[in-house]
Amino acid sequence: MYETNYHRASSVADAAATFAKGAESKFLAGGQTLLPVMKQRLAAPTDVIDLSKVQEMIGIEVSGDTVTIKGATPHYDVAQSDAVQKAIPALANLASMIGDPAVRYRGTIGGSLANNDPAADYPAALLALGATVKTNKRSITAEDFFKGLFTTALEDGEIITAVSFPVPAKAGYAKFPNPASRFALTGVFVARTKAGDVRVAATGASQSGVMRVAPIEQALKANWAASALDSVTIPASGLLADIHGSADYRANLVKVMGQRAVTAAG
Amino acid sequence: MSTVKLTVNGKAVSVDVEDRTLLVHLLRENLNLTGTHVGCDTSQCGACVVHVDGRAVKSCTMLAGQAAGCNVTTIEGLAKGDELHPMQAAFRDNHGLQCGYCTPGMIMSAVDIVHRHGGKLDEETVRHELEGNICRCTGYHNIVKAVLDAAGRMKVAQAAE
Amino acid sequence: MGVEGIGARVVRKEDRRFITGQGRYVDDVKMVGMSYAHFIRSPHAHAKVKGIDSAEAMKMPGVIAVLTGQQIVDDKVGNLICGWAITSKDGSPMKMGAWPAMAPETVRFVGQAVAVVIAETKNQARDAAEAVVVNYEELPAVPDIKAAIKPGAAQLHPEAPGNIVYDWHLGDEAAVKDAFSKAANVVTLDLTNNRLVPNAMEPRAAIAHYDQAEEHYTLYTTSQNPHVARLVLSAFYNIAPEHKLRVIAPDVGGGFGSKIYIYPEEMVALWASKKVGRPVKWTGDRSEAFLTDAHGRDHVSKAELAFDKDNKILGLRVKTHANFGAYMSLFSSAVPTYLYATLLSGQYVIPAIYAEVIGVYTNTTPVDAYRGAGRPEASYLIERMMETAARQLKVDPTELRKKNFITQFPYQTPVIMAYDIGDFHASIDAAMKAIDYAGFPARKAKAKADGKLRGIGISCYIEACGIAPSKAVGSLGAGVGLWESAEIRVNPVGTIEVLTGSHSHGQGHETTFCQIIAERLGVPISQVSIVHGDTDKVQFGMGTYGSRSLAVGGTAIVKAMEKVEAKAKKIAAHALEASESDIVIENGEFKVTGTDKSIALPMVALAAYTAHNLPEGMEPGLKETAFYDPTNFTFPAGAYICELEVDPGTGKTSFVNFVAADDFGRLINPMIVEGQVHGGLAQGIGQALLEGVVYDGTGQLVTASFMDYSMPRADDLPSFQLSHTTTLCPGNPLGVKGCGEAGAIGASAAVINAITDAIGNNKLEMPATPDRVWHAIHG
Repeated sequence: MYETNYHRASSVADAAATFAKGAESKFLAGGQTLLPVMKQRLAAPTDVIDLSKVQEMIGIEVSGDTVTIKGATPHYDVAQSDAVQKAIPALANLASMIGDPAVRYRGTIGGSLANNDPAADYPAALLALGATVKTNKRSITAEDFFKGLFTTALEDGEIITAVSFPVPAKAGYAKFPNPASRFALTGVFVARTKAGDVRVAATGASQSGVMRVAPIEQALKANWAASALDSVTIPASGLLADIHGSADYRANLVKVMGQRAVTAAG
Repeated sequence: MSTVKLTVNGKAVSVDVEDRTLLVHLLRENLNLTGTHVGCDTSQCGACVVHVDGRAVKSCTMLAGQAAGCNVTTIEGLAKGDELHPMQAAFRDNHGLQCGYCTPGMIMSAVDIVHRHGGKLDEETVRHELEGNICRCTGYHNIVKAVLDAAGRMKVAQAAE
Repeated sequence: MGVEGIGARVVRKEDRRFITGQGRYVDDVKMVGMSYAHFIRSPHAHAKVKGIDSAEAMKMPGVIAVLTGQQIVDDKVGNLICGWAITSKDGSPMKMGAWPAMAPETVRFVGQAVAVVIAETKNQARDAAEAVVVNYEELPAVPDIKAAIKPGAAQLHPEAPGNIVYDWHLGDEAAVKDAFSKAANVVTLDLTNNRLVPNAMEPRAAIAHYDQAEEHYTLYTTSQNPHVARLVLSAFYNIAPEHKLRVIAPDVGGGFGSKIYIYPEEMVALWASKKVGRPVKWTGDRSEAFLTDAHGRDHVSKAELAFDKDNKILGLRVKTHANFGAYMSLFSSAVPTYLYATLLSGQYVIPAIYAEVIGVYTNTTPVDAYRGAGRPEASYLIERMMETAARQLKVDPTELRKKNFITQFPYQTPVIMAYDIGDFHASIDAAMKAIDYAGFPARKAKAKADGKLRGIGISCYIEACGIAPSKAVGSLGAGVGLWESAEIRVNPVGTIEVLTGSHSHGQGHETTFCQIIAERLGVPISQVSIVHGDTDKVQFGMGTYGSRSLAVGGTAIVKAMEKVEAKAKKIAAHALEASESDIVIENGEFKVTGTDKSIALPMVALAAYTAHNLPEGMEPGLKETAFYDPTNFTFPAGAYICELEVDPGTGKTSFVNFVAADDFGRLINPMIVEGQVHGGLAQGIGQALLEGVVYDGTGQLVTASFMDYSMPRADDLPSFQLSHTTTLCPGNPLGVKGCGEAGAIGASAAVINAITDAIGNNKLEMPATPDRVWHAIHG
């Protein structure tokens, strides 16, 4: 790791102000992605601003039909939250599958989203549930937030303070982990809104990051059942191919994980 | 350089380190607590797991500065004097270690697993929860046995307290 | 047996330090004035080094020196050696290119060191390394066997035309041709034995210290064989004569073969420590381990098996290409020859065998022995062949094996090995009973109804351990003897130190070896210490690999004990005024048989050292040494059966049951033996399902971290069901055979046989990833 200056932020405003002072600042949330990248010397921030102790950024609130998870809330807390388990059990379940237990204690929702790894789990939930990303400057819909591999709508110095999820009628997540990294080789999140709309998002599969899966959405709109996907074909074009999974294999996984997510959703 | 003040194994310490210093290096290089190991550089093997404020974390994926003000427990701080922690005893009694390199991180993770799951542990849960700790010697068979054994012992110890 | 004697499940003496964080590994050691090394490694698979500019780096904070490959050549540090000479079919010696510790002119694999930075801190060394400018001229690279042997392929070494190290053969070609001409059925199979990274959890490390006053070096290193390291560093690398070099291998965090070899980093650390006048420490990180630890396996083979009309085997023909990487590592040449082709008979009567092995250079990390070393490749080949044959001949795979088992011992195979003893029927019967083989069809049908594809796979392995005797291996080209030594010191107060040339890096020698002493003398193991891993303490030793520690090292201890006991009995007889032949040893006492007269061991020991009243002419002291050279290999064998399910939707494999029935001869500590089997099975299963090195077309390592190289984790593996059948090894007094590699040798074929059975498609290579299995199911 290159030498850097470590700052512990006390508030969102303090974090933003400290960020602005550094030549090449980076926010550090749980650090479970940023620190490994810095260790490999692939990132060289002059200043890292630690958000993990900013109290106003930690916590979970459920009010009416909305679950709000604050930006620096660790995955473990989301997975264990009674309120999340009750309102959107699929979201708690997804959080319980991120990384490993030690990573879940430190890794945060804001950090994961800001990084937008194409194989991360949370982006699928945001896109399928139609969540809204709240920053210290504005609100961004999930559709507008994800801009491709490791790219988001966040501006320099913008901090994810919270994410709000509308509570769906039904939702489920199924993940097929990469056998080495345990990231999602493909993960599919299915959701049926209370208004009856169906939204399905897949992570780990596409060359352009998290994506909606129209053929599955259409099939499930007609019939919310795993068997409804039996005749669906997912095109392999545009899907990722690497040593762990070819594009046609991933296309199959999108369908099979979609079916299993529907089964999990009930 | 910064001065980092924290509590390690019950003792308050103050260490001057470069800001890029990882917690594991502060422990190993500055405090000579070499029981915490480094087995990879991608945060996967878990040889470096310690408890920070009661949670098992990878000390190779945490800056020393992030641990300022925290309570850190390493493998060296787990036993009460000569009396082994039930997890340590269970690893020995079940032959849950061979070369010993992954063992400190494995034990620290395992203690955390039992804390979280209490008596509800079964083999499948233990195997799943050990996802973040890699062992190349044991094939995990006896590690899983040791964790299940210790879960029973820790329950008994808790009841006795 | 006593409570701590042979056969007892004694918990390990060494564990307390490991479970309390008090283990002492190389990176835990600090020396006064220590400096840190960081290597500058080639990013190219093949390139000329046109120049190295270290001017900027030398100006950086804390930098002590930047040393290059040319300097190490100029200082006449020797090139790395390969210690086993193989002769090609045509009688020519194997063809090798030079391997300098740091490359002065040409780099031949990604990760090869070209220079080293020595600095005050590890971070400063790494910071400065980035400021060293290395000017490379890239050359075309050959990343695999196929590319390397193509006409017109880029050449690695001028000494080895066509990138061929050797073209070797074993067996009777004419007899095999004759056997195939008479065959009723012939089974053929193409097999790939995938390349693996050993990945011991402790990365390699070295600390070198040069003491100018004494002109003496000390090296702390992660080694499985510190004496061999000292020998090679001294005799071939010109670091220092042996009496001026101390090599210490303290606690070592796993080896699996990868820590047998003397690597460039140790050589450079020693050389640099004298140059800079400071202790030099190098600790590898996992990325360096992936690039520079010797890899394992990497064979491409074609095999043909001929059967008569009664399904008896007539002959086996094998052609194998073995990938050695860019340089010939220390024992690499022996692995695909004398450790592979000699085991191709498996557990079967095969009247004629002919094997050809072509060793190939590629622009990849050097390949050498990894847990099993040649024997897993042989076992995988023959056991995949037997399963394939059973399917082709439409007979039960257990019946086909039983029909062809060797049942008379000793048995001379057509490929050098003479099996001393075994009972292959006993192993397979035990395994079949444990897994309820007869009930499998019903279970398969039930699984099918649940939408799962269930399969069962068998693997009956045999291996040769404790490679020996020295005279024989010498005649086959080995550069060393393969004996072991032990020294027993009975101290004046009766405590015992056992100095052994074996090295424990997870095997539990500190417990097992004590049990041998406890058994013979009836003393508690707390009274015995095992001393190993330090050339200044231990007389000499060949180290630990090839499952040799107990059969060879343990027997050396027994031989030394026999001498100690003989002398002690004389002293006891003298003290008790009895005949030496009437003295028996029980519970730590020397007794006159048939009387109540006795003298305790500490009194005998004290008498030996006070020397006030010893038998006439006897030297004082009670300390004996033995060097033991076995008469033959040992031949552990067994049967593994694996039952698993494949999810047709994802191609993912899940274990239902894995049973192992091994014959290791006598077990000293069954708990430790089981642990060795578990670990071996995990590595064999890892090879079958998860692990596999991938290089891209330019020779870049794609699987260069745990993010891409799939290590077996707890949830990838089942709990194992183990059992043992026993035929005592006649070749050593303990009757032991060796258990360290069996699991890694036998497991992979069982897994692949089971998956191919489940999916009904025999065409499947390792690692059987979900993607591959899914494609094998769905096309």
